[in-house]
Amino acid sequence: MVGDAISHAVLPGIVIAFLWSGSRDSVTMLLGAGALGIISTFLIEFLTNKGNLQSDASIGVTFTWLFALGVILISAFTGQVDLDQECVLYGEIAYVPLDTIVLNSGVDIGPQAIYLLGAVLLMVIAFVWLGFNQLRITSFDPQYAISLGISATLWNYLLMAFVSFTTVASFESVGAILVVAFLIAPAATAYLLTKRLKTMIFIASITGILSAIGGHFLAISINGSIAGAMATVAGIIFGIAFVYVRSKTKGDAKITSRESIVA
Amino acid sequence: MITQIDNPVIEIHDLSVSYEKKPVLWDVDMSLPEGKLIGIIGPNGAGKSTLLKSIMGLIPLSSGYINIEGKPLKEVRSKISYVPQRESVDWDFPTSVFEVVMMGRYGQLGLLKRPRKSDREIVMDSLHKVGMEAFKDRQISELSGGQQQRVFLARALAQQADIYFMDEPFAGVDAATEKAIVELLRSMSAQNKTVIVVHHDLQSVARYFDWIILLNMRLVASGPIEETFTPELLQETYGGKLTLLTEISDLIQKNRFPNRE
Repeated sequence: MVGDAISHAVLPGIVIAFLWSGSRDSVTMLLGAGALGIISTFLIEFLTNKGNLQSDASIGVTFTWLFALGVILISAFTGQVDLDQECVLYGEIAYVPLDTIVLNSGVDIGPQAIYLLGAVLLMVIAFVWLGFNQLRITSFDPQYAISLGISATLWNYLLMAFVSFTTVASFESVGAILVVAFLIAPAATAYLLTKRLKTMIFIASITGILSAIGGHFLAISINGSIAGAMATVAGIIFGIAFVYVRSKTKGDAKITSRESIVA
Repeated sequence: MITQIDNPVIEIHDLSVSYEKKPVLWDVDMSLPEGKLIGIIGPNGAGKSTLLKSIMGLIPLSSGYINIEGKPLKEVRSKISYVPQRESVDWDFPTSVFEVVMMGRYGQLGLLKRPRKSDREIVMDSLHKVGMEAFKDRQISELSGGQQQRVFLARALAQQADIYFMDEPFAGVDAATEKAIVELLRSMSAQNKTVIVVHHDLQSVARYFDWIILLNMRLVASGPIEETFTPELLQETYGGKLTLLTEISDLIQKNRFPNRE
């Protein structure tokens, strides 16, 4: 849900970035959107923790308010320019290979998205790697973490900032459906299949990669939307995992109930 | 009846705490001795957990200050350890018993550093003390209530602190675990560790503690058990609840000068 909220809340960032730079260059827009994404997650966290609002209420208030602010900014200042969040948000994965970086020497070094998202990937891996213990303890037992002198607030905001930044960067390349689907489905699949945190992260990554590859071939074979096919495959993998886990636990329950009758 | 002492391990001065302008603790002023097993007793909503949380710096104080070993909390964090209420965390969180107890070492580890061999040995030793060695690779979602509480205690032990604050460690645990925990707490206080426990069950107060704090938003009493666990003070703490009162006087008669070795 936070991903969905961010997709709307970044609009004022895009407008402000445009007004400030005067260009519709995607990197500038991305910076504006990224900043607003992080601000909106902070605002959501702040309202939930300090304002004692329910988390869905604070998400709702934050993103509608920021989206509306963006709309007002557009109508007041940028009337003649075609500007909305589609400039940044609704990337289409099919166009990624077309948007390549060409060096001054004329050599094509491949799609821009690979470099941008590759950099984000490395940053996220470094963050999780270095902060693994702190992230685990502040997620599991924040009060205990504070009693040890580890700031639960700081790590929560750092985590949220990374979620937000990853979301915005991915929106620009692959579009909203894929981001929301891949934020949730692989992680949910992994949560069903294991109870170990490191295994869970590993399974989630593998599921994500399999969904992307599977979706790619599905889209080619049916000649349909790539993003739609990838999200569908992610959903199907989740469904298979769900049915598998359900049937397994049901089997276990039957056995134990029979045992207890016998006993 | 508040007994103040010289050279206290914990000194609380004029402490008041409120949640959203509603006062929860009023003007608590006391000093606690080192190496004792101390119980915090009082009815529901008396502010027992709040008192622990404010000492641990988890909630803002409206007024007053707290010194531990004569210093503010920040300078002595490594010497104190906290056991939160068992219900305060999600036990479905994907992690193992060993990993939870290892969290007790994180305060010393700091950012980037991986646990050393000595940290692992301390964790195993702590698990041994609570009798949970055999469960070290279990996922915490597979534990019973008593086992969860033992894991929390092991995590606190792994900090190797001098002062331990425990929020209802006996809530919802089986009799065997309660006995094991009490023995552990006794052996800790024998090593001159100070252990402060929020406790609910009046039946066992006289058997467990050396010193008690009677709390009902304000401090009713703080002192050695022989002087403080009296019908008058309990009545003052729990208010004039009649059913409770008769129960209490029965209890006092039964528990007056209990056998203690």
